[in-house]
Amino acid sequence: MTPVILLTGFLGSGKTTLLQRLLTDPAMAGAAVLINEFGEVGLDHHLLDRIDDNVVLMKSGCICCTVRGEVADALMNLQSLRAKGEIGFDRVVIETTGLADPYPVLQTLTAHPVLRSHFASGGVLTTVDSVNAGAQMGHRAEAIRQIAAADRIVLTKTDLAESDVVVELRQKLAQTNPTAAVVTGDATTEEILGGLRAGDIVQAAMPDEHGHHHHHHSVNEDLGVLTFSMTIDRPVDWTRFGVWLTLLLHRHGEKIFRVKGILALEGEARPVAIHGVQHLVHAPVHMEHWPPGPHVSRLVFILEGIDPALIRRSFAAFMGLAEERAVA
Amino acid sequence: MCSLCGILGCDDHWTNAVARPGVYSHNTDRQARRAEGARRIAAANRVLSYRRLALSEWQGRSYLLCSPTGATSVFDALSHLWPEAETMATRGFDPLDEDMLDWMEAQ
Repeated sequence: MTPVILLTGFLGSGKTTLLQRLLTDPAMAGAAVLINEFGEVGLDHHLLDRIDDNVVLMKSGCICCTVRGEVADALMNLQSLRAKGEIGFDRVVIETTGLADPYPVLQTLTAHPVLRSHFASGGVLTTVDSVNAGAQMGHRAEAIRQIAAADRIVLTKTDLAESDVVVELRQKLAQTNPTAAVVTGDATTEEILGGLRAGDIVQAAMPDEHGHHHHHHSVNEDLGVLTFSMTIDRPVDWTRFGVWLTLLLHRHGEKIFRVKGILALEGEARPVAIHGVQHLVHAPVHMEHWPPGPHVSRLVFILEGIDPALIRRSFAAFMGLAEERAVA
Repeated sequence: MCSLCGILGCDDHWTNAVARPGVYSHNTDRQARRAEGARRIAAANRVLSYRRLALSEWQGRSYLLCSPTGATSVFDALSHLWPEAETMATRGFDPLDEDMLDWMEAQ
């Protein structure tokens, strides 16, 4: 499976600059790149393709058949050229437009009947502009969605912002998406891309900074966005969990920007990591071992306009648990 | 094939992922697959019974959803369960609906 790294970020947040720098690293020599807007920065790379936003939704269809047309076509084309031996690549980087919600592209990778046999999500990299992000997060839901979808956040233009602004922004990012590590734009390729899918899962499992078992934090009161985590003090029934999360995301996926967590399952010594963006859940990862800390299940949500207490109650009811004792 | 859209190969639901290295799945061998299928139907029926719907397996490869008035629907992919159930029940299944949670907690 070829990993597909999604590079997203608000308009002018430095996506292309970062991409250009990453591509100069010899480690990225085998990367194919899809960009959907030709910016002013020239990209000198042997595999450049252009895509436009184009969501194809079958009119009578369901969520599994929403396909982002040109992304799918571009990836199919790359795969076809590789199969003929005309090109070779070991990863793909897709740069999205500044206003794009990353979810449809992830959905395409998962739902497309051919692509999903050749490509897998390699993680979402979100650039955040140190100077303007604070204001953008205040009134642009897209900015919050992009941050929520991130597996790693790259803080750009830190040299242009006051240091206390950067500190404040880092705190805000940690509250908005506690599951993504934050690096600065001058970090090495390895720091930016290394363990993009594994590192954040460990991060998701870590106890929160207050040492509480649960908390929620308002990210944006006007938009009603908040992060919320819960721990479950006993092994989870995988089948019931699957029914619950599937129904929850079917019904409320548009308001659930992100769900991520680590589960201690009945009859399993090793933990399972869960990773979802809106209606989409990636294939569950069977981790090799528990990260440091207690071996308890923990789920982190980034929500818009949903009462966390209802999610906790719903989880307990679906699992057949007494809420006040088992779910905190 | 997706019975709603006619697109091939939509049945790789995350709860029943194709077994491959690093992926957690009970979809490993015939016995495990059948056992998990039975558990999944029981877990879904616990919720579906709120609207008096019932899910069963159809010929070991599809799902059969039935209403108390005899309406039936056959589909292949687990991802279609809730859209199909909501169409059949006419009212939705909302896991955050307090009436439904009251009912589940009383079971």
